[in-house]
Amino acid sequence: MSLLSVKSLTASYGVSQALFGVDLDINPGEVVALMGRNGMGKSTTVKAICRMIAAGGTLEFAGQNLHALPSHKAARLGLGLVPEGRRCFRDLTVAENLLATSRLGDWDMGRVTQLFPRLGERQSQLSASLSGGEQQMLAIGRALMTNPRLLILDEATEGLAPIIRQEIWAAINRLKADTDMAILVIDKTLAELEQVCDRAVVLERGKTVWSGTMAALTPEISERYVGV
Amino acid sequence: MSRETLFNAALLLGLIAVPAWAVMTDEPFTITLATRAVILALAAAGLNIALGIGGLVSLGHAVFFGIGGYAMGILAHHAQSYTPLMEWPFLIEGTKFMPLIWLLAIVVSALVALVIGILSLRTTGAYFIMITLAFGQMFYYFAISWSTYGGEDGMSIYVRNDFPGLNTLAPIQFYGLCLAILVVVLVFSARLRRSPFGLALNAARQVPARVEAVGMDPMRLKLVAFVISGVITGLAGALFADLNRFVSPTMFSWQFSGEIMILVILGGVGRLFGPVAGAVTFVALEHFLGGITEFWHIFLGLILLAVVLFARGGITGLVAGKEATHD
Repeated sequence: MSLLSVKSLTASYGVSQALFGVDLDINPGEVVALMGRNGMGKSTTVKAICRMIAAGGTLEFAGQNLHALPSHKAARLGLGLVPEGRRCFRDLTVAENLLATSRLGDWDMGRVTQLFPRLGERQSQLSASLSGGEQQMLAIGRALMTNPRLLILDEATEGLAPIIRQEIWAAINRLKADTDMAILVIDKTLAELEQVCDRAVVLERGKTVWSGTMAALTPEISERYVGV
Repeated sequence: MSRETLFNAALLLGLIAVPAWAVMTDEPFTITLATRAVILALAAAGLNIALGIGGLVSLGHAVFFGIGGYAMGILAHHAQSYTPLMEWPFLIEGTKFMPLIWLLAIVVSALVALVIGILSLRTTGAYFIMITLAFGQMFYYFAISWSTYGGEDGMSIYVRNDFPGLNTLAPIQFYGLCLAILVVVLVFSARLRRSPFGLALNAARQVPARVEAVGMDPMRLKLVAFVISGVITGLAGALFADLNRFVSPTMFSWQFSGEIMILVILGGVGRLFGPVAGAVTFVALEHFLGGITEFWHIFLGLILLAVVLFARGGITGLVAGKEATHD
């Protein structure tokens, strides 16, 4: 049984419908890329999964109907979101950002700083004073501290320097190798996605138009739907 | 050691030194003034948890202050008049025993804060302010019409209540008791703000949606903070009533809610010793400027204006700088 099962997902912002039928399945330990051009509904899909906007269709996580849960209860089931734009708690230090969200489980400060040594070096620094890349690491660390079963990275490396992007992809690779955590990742860098992800789901105008293994994602398909 | 730690230590040492200074200068009234400052600091320390960490602009905290005051007033009134507080379904008598009075003040404040919190925390911003204000006014007018306990005139208590091992009528001993409670509450506040709960509350103030996305209910975090905050302010109310040996509906007034908020803003919102700095400054201004002119509030207003415009961290921020939120 899939860890996350999304079928015919629909969602609207007021009168404007954004999702028209998204289908998406993720199994434990799987890394799935959610792809599509800007404005095609990737972030909206993530928001709907995390119950941050009302949605229709089937939405199940670990066998539970997510529609019945408010967003904080959905998160407690094991949904760890790294949002677009990071949104760290600016008035808190790195360590405090991590402690604020910690829940009992395998992930603690030590393990997060092992994954991202930079965070260990800057533990007592206010998160507002971190670089964009470090804030992204902190946002990932913060999500990991909730001990998620599915980690969702919305725009995982957007706007980051190449060296920082490498570090983030390396961390995702380590998570893939060392844990059975499922990962759903949104990003625009096809080359890196191809190396890390097992499968891809492509959205076009709020609808799933293609899904399959990364090996089956031909240049024609990515050119047609993703523009890369 | 940061500047804020030094400032806090200096403030605390100053408060500890007050009795010695009062004896040396032969001005025993200073102790009563300092007791007033300490109790007001305690009330503001309560609000500082809701406002400073949780960002809850409550204009109804006088409700808890008044509840604490009336808990003391009612129990002491029945004790001194030898009349039972309640005979049916079971007998409850009044008491002059401070710990019992504080317990009642804490329990009732917690219950009322829970109810007010559940209803008011559904809203934010101006609506939250207005709902808390409305609750304050409800309690104020209820107290005015509660003729059994003095109505608009309030109630006098002839003798200060008892605390085991202390002569509470001796100003120094009562001051020591109040200061000890303030220190306990400040230590608690310091630990609270560094605890996972305090950090999550702080985070919920900054980005509520993000806190929700990591599995916490911001409403519940804020509700717990509001109850803790109300309990501390309620305890301050019981001590304040004991200091004056008098309770009246003005303890519930919206002006008093505003005064508690002024103490927090003056001292520094969210700063651990902000309420202490604010209360000491307020009482000093009230005493010294109040002796010169009855319109001393104008000067307080000007100072408050200056703080809001030029010193957002209040007196603590002015002295200790910006960064010490994590001190």
